[in-house]
Amino acid sequence: MLKKLGAALGAALIAGVATLSATGAYAAGVISGAGATFPQPVYAKWAEEYKAKTGIALNYQAIGSGGGIKQIQAKTVDFGASDKPLKPDDLAASGLAMFPTVIGGVVPVMNLPGIRPGQVKLTGAQLADIYRGVIKKWNDPLLARTNAGMTLPNLPITVVHRSDGSGTTFLFTTYLSMKAQHWASEVGANDSVSWPTGQGGKGNDGVAAFVKLTPGAIGYVEYAYAKQNAMTYALMQNKDGKFVAPDAKNFSAAAANAKWQSAPGFYLLLLDQPGADAWPITGATFILMHTKQADAAKGREVLDFFDWCYKNGDGVAGQLDYVPLPGPVKELIRKSWGKIVGPDGKRVHA
Amino acid sequence: MSDAAAIAAGPPKRRSQPRGAAVGQMFEALCFAAATFLLVALGGLIASLVVGGWPAIHKFGLGFLTSTTWNPVTDVYGAAGPIVGTLVTSALALLIALPIAGGVAFFLTELCPGPLRRPVGTAVELLAGVPSIVYGMWGLFTFAPLFSRWVQLPLMSAAKPGSLLESLTAGVPNGTGILAASIILAVMILPFIAATLRELLLTVPAAVRESAYGLGATTAEVVLKVTLPYVRTGAIGAVMLGLGRALGETMAVTFIIGNSHGFPKSLFDSGSTIASTIANEFAEATTEMHTAALIYLGLVLFVITFSVLGLARLMLRRQVSRL
Repeated sequence: MLKKLGAALGAALIAGVATLSATGAYAAGVISGAGATFPQPVYAKWAEEYKAKTGIALNYQAIGSGGGIKQIQAKTVDFGASDKPLKPDDLAASGLAMFPTVIGGVVPVMNLPGIRPGQVKLTGAQLADIYRGVIKKWNDPLLARTNAGMTLPNLPITVVHRSDGSGTTFLFTTYLSMKAQHWASEVGANDSVSWPTGQGGKGNDGVAAFVKLTPGAIGYVEYAYAKQNAMTYALMQNKDGKFVAPDAKNFSAAAANAKWQSAPGFYLLLLDQPGADAWPITGATFILMHTKQADAAKGREVLDFFDWCYKNGDGVAGQLDYVPLPGPVKELIRKSWGKIVGPDGKRVHA
Repeated sequence: MSDAAAIAAGPPKRRSQPRGAAVGQMFEALCFAAATFLLVALGGLIASLVVGGWPAIHKFGLGFLTSTTWNPVTDVYGAAGPIVGTLVTSALALLIALPIAGGVAFFLTELCPGPLRRPVGTAVELLAGVPSIVYGMWGLFTFAPLFSRWVQLPLMSAAKPGSLLESLTAGVPNGTGILAASIILAVMILPFIAATLRELLLTVPAAVRESAYGLGATTAEVVLKVTLPYVRTGAIGAVMLGLGRALGETMAVTFIIGNSHGFPKSLFDSGSTIASTIANEFAEATTEMHTAALIYLGLVLFVITFSVLGLARLMLRRQVSRL
């Protein structure tokens, strides 16, 4: 009899564990977010300063853009962060609102002995052919066209890409799809694709590590990684035909002419933007929140945090190699917060 | 009480069970509960893998196991690349680790001078406790450059065009790839197998060994023909557990295997394993089919590990029945 009781106890334990639903951290004074790894350093710094000022802490998990989208759809966090913007249809289907926070750039980096950063010039079409495996060696005549007056070494090109899904990959592959029809039809654009060739590194640091390990390698990383690891980057040809270097000034130039006001839901890719100084592979990182907030106070806490960051966070962002949004864009964002309402239908942010 | 009154009252009331029996029964019940918990959890795990992977199982069926396409853009997935990568790296790791682990165990029990015995034994056990991600980082930052310089480059330059060696060593000489990952895995499972084998060899009674020596057997003969057959069943168990660990290893492999989904074509080519694919892609898989394909992949790994353990049990049963 007791044995049967024991079995019942075991089964009840399982049932109890299975029905323990996550109630979420509704602790007052803590806002939770999850998503992209790219803006994590700046969100962490902003949160630190915000907590010192107001006592409200931010719990941000950098699990990747896809993870951020999944978690905000599952309502386990207060906001999601993604480098890959959701289209207005997807936003409406999930009941989400989206707005950008900072801007960054994706930079092609390489390991070429004897070549200094900013010496090699590449076009989008050449980059696509390298990543397709069509251009296999650095001294290929196709590359010499834009690098006249310089002898590139006779090394095989080792392509390095991301092994995990990533907003950086989304930006990079979307750019390649725009510049090369072959790439668009053979591979396409997504945060994870079927790469024709090359090795995969995990995360921006994995790609950087592989590139540094292999002479003749080429990879793509977020600007902060390229700068902090002092990697050899290439100049890219932008829409105006000029070869520009990746730096904060040129990312701003790409964002300056962007027509945010005519982008519904702020869905705007800053790729191949016009402007003499515009860096062609620029992108913003976005925040996702539910338009109908279950808890109006929590929604206000989140929007107050981002409002504070827009007002006071530009210096910190610049120090960490991010590009803050232009002032008019911030105003547009504040206006768009009108559609984030509480259970009573009134807008959450003042 | 007078005798008559005692007899009239009938036999004294006895307990139906000895004192403390209730505690024993409670203990048995708790053990039963623990076993039920474990079995139900295992059943639940299998069920959730099947349910989670159902969209992929329904769409791809068994063709999933033989297709090499892995395309998140068109949502077509095939597991042949990761499966082959898992089996090849684990098999190579076992091939490399087993002789060395056996050697370490025999050295520690037969040949090691007394004062060295405890330090070396402790060092082996400490190595078994190093976390796998540390092995992965060590592999990428320390081992890979050395491997590329001292093994890959010489072999690749020595290979004549069109020879078998050339096709076996084609690839990028940056210290990553299938063989590099197998070596890191071998280093990982080696201390585990060596420590377990050493424990097993210590259980061999001195009488058995001494009588073999007494008959004039050399050390090698004693080791191969007397002690090893004595601990055969335990040794097979230890090897299979090491293999099971190698099959499921994630972080150590992800750093160094190169993470490309196709079929690996040579020893220095990059590949992927089931565990590294899931670790890389699960957090970001947003489409339902991608997540289902990854869960299906997990189910495949579960089946592989299960079959390895089942095979080990089969071998043990044959050994025991032969005795």
